[in-house]
Amino acid sequence: MGKTIIPFGPQHPVLPEPLQLKLVMRDEKVLEAIPSIGYVHRGLEKLAEQKDFMKNIYLVERVCGICSNMHALSYCMAIEEIMQIEIPDRARFLRVIWAELHRIHSHLLWLGLLADSFGFESLFMQVWKSREKIMDILEKTAGHRIFISTNTVGGTHKDLTKEQQKDVLATVASVWDDMKAVEKVFLNDYTVQHRLKGVGVLPKEIAYELGTVGPMARASGIVFDHRTRGYAAYGDLEFEPVVETDGDSWARTKVRLFEVYQSVRLIREAIGKLPDGEIFTPFKGFPDGEAVVRLEQPRGEVMYYVRANGTKMLDRLRIRTPTFANLPSLLHMLPGSSLADVPVLILTIDPCISCTER
Amino acid sequence: MFDMIGNIVKNLFSKPATRNYPFAIRKVPENARGHISGIDPEACIYCGICQRKCPSDAIVVDKVNRTWEIETYRCIVCSECVTVCPKQCIYMDAKHLTSSTKQDRILCKGSPKPEKVAAPKAETPKPETPVAETVSANA
Repeated sequence: MGKTIIPFGPQHPVLPEPLQLKLVMRDEKVLEAIPSIGYVHRGLEKLAEQKDFMKNIYLVERVCGICSNMHALSYCMAIEEIMQIEIPDRARFLRVIWAELHRIHSHLLWLGLLADSFGFESLFMQVWKSREKIMDILEKTAGHRIFISTNTVGGTHKDLTKEQQKDVLATVASVWDDMKAVEKVFLNDYTVQHRLKGVGVLPKEIAYELGTVGPMARASGIVFDHRTRGYAAYGDLEFEPVVETDGDSWARTKVRLFEVYQSVRLIREAIGKLPDGEIFTPFKGFPDGEAVVRLEQPRGEVMYYVRANGTKMLDRLRIRTPTFANLPSLLHMLPGSSLADVPVLILTIDPCISCTER
Repeated sequence: MFDMIGNIVKNLFSKPATRNYPFAIRKVPENARGHISGIDPEACIYCGICQRKCPSDAIVVDKVNRTWEIETYRCIVCSECVTVCPKQCIYMDAKHLTSSTKQDRILCKGSPKPEKVAAPKAETPKPETPVAETVSANA
């Protein structure tokens, strides 16, 4: 039997975004995968050079829907580093609370999509039902479900009142309970284990060599979480990175599942320690200089490079997103797997193509 | 097993998690950013700060003719204009706009500015009543 090339994507039921993989197949086995991206390139980096640097906060927020808040956060941190703005303590904690709410909603979205990718529809709906609670609390506190636009250079736009804090705590508690019920299925169910255990194993050494980031790296045993470097208020909070050592799809699922609990704990701690005071430091002038900021998004490390020249327009904005760093490991995992496992493998890197192409 | 029977009984007698959209529409939280519904044309000083700060350039302010216009579907509902307005006269509605095939603009026109020096004219211009015209596709 000769080789066959199957074009997987750009339109495929399992892919929310357009990614094309040309799969070189022999029978049901993948021999090679050739990626082709570029379907949703929007030229956002170039556009950022033509807009006021304050307007860019809203622009970078639209790089990607799911980690929108953290894109704005990293951009604001970069500008603050250039202009040497010290943000108030309350703003640092508020940033953590909204970032972790976003992480929960991203991980729940992923867990649902994963269940959908191997045809477990009821699990998909259960997970997304709890995700809806997070979306509602985001809308209640920040005014929008996805593009919450709370971050700005110098602090945050919005504050959390006592009642809203109670609402957030009640919501994350109910999501915690929901996930405890769903966790049994993810960890014990025969179907889930059959489709995930031992599929797409990425050993620690190879993961390190390929520059894997985020939950992917942590599932392969690499202890690497940017939050431990203590940006925003993470330095004042106590947590340990979630690490698994198996390196297969099931380990990646477990890492993301346990990170939901970790985020809930972080939100509780941050609200408990939330100091009183201002949420915004006024500043004047335009940025002059350059800065590199790296932080932990739900999908992994994001890197922002900003170069400013003292005017209101930036010289250069460069964004490296986690999916871009994780694509090589996907291409390493695909050869040797069967065609039926390809959707699951693509999903386990948590692809965000809009981020990658910007 | 007992879990499953419990779930089946619970599902039979509980309400569905979904809503019967479009007949039952979700209640939007009060401070949700739905859309900009317009300004108070009399309170506005037509300074144009909102126009300069708008990230999507959706607002056009004309100081001479005292008009304020927003292209509703160009607006990204970031609420920057509401925050920066010195007179706090831009209003935001919690209701979300539905999609449309037509352009949607909101035009607010203030009455002409009263003259500083009273001109020796026989008839003084009658101050017009504030007009808040809405050219809306969703009207």
